[in-house]
Amino acid sequence: MIVSVASGKGGTGKTLVATSLALSLSDQTKVQLLDCDVEEPNTHIFLDIKEGQSSPALLLIPHIDEDKCTHCGVCAEVCAYNAIAALPKKVLVFPELCHGCGACSYLCPESAITEEGKEIGIIRQGSSRNISLVEGELTLGEVAAPTVIREVKRHIDTAGEVIIDASPGTSCPVIEAIKDSDFCLLVTEPTPFGLNDLSLAVEMTRKLGIPAGVIINRAGEGDQLIEQYCQEQDIPILLRIPLDRNIAVLYSKGIPLVEGMPDWRRNFLQLFHRLKEMLPTTEVSR
Amino acid sequence: MKELVIISGKGGTGKTSIAASFATLAQRKLLVDCDVDAADLHLILKPQVKENNEFWSGQSAFIDNEKCVQCGLCEKVCRFNAITNNYVVDPISCEGCGLCARVCPVDAITMKDNMPGHWFVSETRYGTLVHAKLGIAEDNSGKLVTLIRTRAKAIAQEQNLDYIISDGPPGTSCPVIASLSGADVALLVTEPTLSGIHDLERVASVCQHFGIPALVCINKYDINEQNTAKIEGYCNSNSVNIVAKIPFDTSMIQALEHEMPVVEFSNSTATQHIRTLWQNIVQALDDTRTEKQS
Repeated sequence: MIVSVASGKGGTGKTLVATSLALSLSDQTKVQLLDCDVEEPNTHIFLDIKEGQSSPALLLIPHIDEDKCTHCGVCAEVCAYNAIAALPKKVLVFPELCHGCGACSYLCPESAITEEGKEIGIIRQGSSRNISLVEGELTLGEVAAPTVIREVKRHIDTAGEVIIDASPGTSCPVIEAIKDSDFCLLVTEPTPFGLNDLSLAVEMTRKLGIPAGVIINRAGEGDQLIEQYCQEQDIPILLRIPLDRNIAVLYSKGIPLVEGMPDWRRNFLQLFHRLKEMLPTTEVSR
Repeated sequence: MKELVIISGKGGTGKTSIAASFATLAQRKLLVDCDVDAADLHLILKPQVKENNEFWSGQSAFIDNEKCVQCGLCEKVCRFNAITNNYVVDPISCEGCGLCARVCPVDAITMKDNMPGHWFVSETRYGTLVHAKLGIAEDNSGKLVTLIRTRAKAIAQEQNLDYIISDGPPGTSCPVIASLSGADVALLVTEPTLSGIHDLERVASVCQHFGIPALVCINKYDINEQNTAKIEGYCNSNSVNIVAKIPFDTSMIQALEHEMPVVEFSNSTATQHIRTLWQNIVQALDDTRTEKQS
């Protein structure tokens, strides 16, 4: 089963949930944890990782063979992203605008365009006991986060349980991270910001047709705000993690909740079994 | 006119709470919410929308099933796996490159313009707010950010304002870079957690990469003073000024629950620190070279 962890709002506790869920499950089964928050990958901070292979994440960008090029301008005309400018005697490529669609090389009448990989990130693999971690990191100054996320997700192995840590928001990098998940856990906090961004995240999972449940982090006095919304929208609240200074201190030191407070393992396992029960059996057994 | 952009790398460090307080403290300013993906500043500023604009950007492919002969070429050339088995385009995966439409032998594919969001010019009791709402699961957030920043600059010039204060998105990729480029100063709001430090270092490097002077504010600095010392060490060795250390203060959360800027909500310790922070930022903005003003 593939479970993704998303949130809308940043800093609500996605990585806390993803790491604690992975660690709790790893007592019983093989777990793969994919860090798809490639702009700010943080899961490695919480796990004692034995590093494995790493490989570059490449974006295919055009390379113009000047000997073959007749400066016809077709490549610039077909590029939907304005990543190519055809001047009378020279073709300029702007790699930062390129989406790697391949239209220019496919359509070049002179076959003067080949594609070469430009490194825009790195994919690191590692393991920590029963958990295998795949982490993507976008090179600073690069923009193509979804490409790096796609590369991370190519490593998915559904032989065990798969947990995906997504980035905040509801736009393309998050979609790339959570699509094809069997279930999406939405982590929120009981504040007006948390509620606003939760409602966006719920819309997102609905648009993608992914079943979702809510985890309230820093739960306490404001919970009613979230509870009322979840009731109206018929979304289950699967777990509450209280506002607790000790939990915040553990997090600040990079200690997973279930390591610092082992009793929490049971809660995460219960959460997992509950969401498994919520899914149609065909999906679970795939 | 000087532009301040508030970013953080890591989400949830307090960007919007601080931006809302600056809305109260700053004179002759315009506000921009560059977090077009999960905008929250409007929850505190309570804008009255004066201008509602459509944001048109990008295209998506559509297959006419009457014409389609199911030859499979579109599926073969699509790098984004956007053509499903039944020759329907998945609009979420389609990046609008148009290659499928160009190669289709029977012209069964057309490209249609997308409207991924809206953007607004609004009045608030703190002055003008330029903000936007990107649709769910939409693309092109960087372009939308660039668009609202351009409009914000034009309005600020028209109104002869002194400051533009932008609340930025988390992360380091396209919307962040679009929020940063050409700004006078970036305020990096961080927290003393290992994740916070890791993300601060990345976003500070992005600022350096684009030549934007960066200042650091450590929020909840007393949650873990050892980590705060690490941040100070990092900032010292990278010549980044720390302009505020705000202690953990429940008034920040209470103000948020009341949907008010903390500086208006109470005269708490956090409020006093944010007042000083704004003074330090004004100083830094005024110190930036005047040739950047144009």
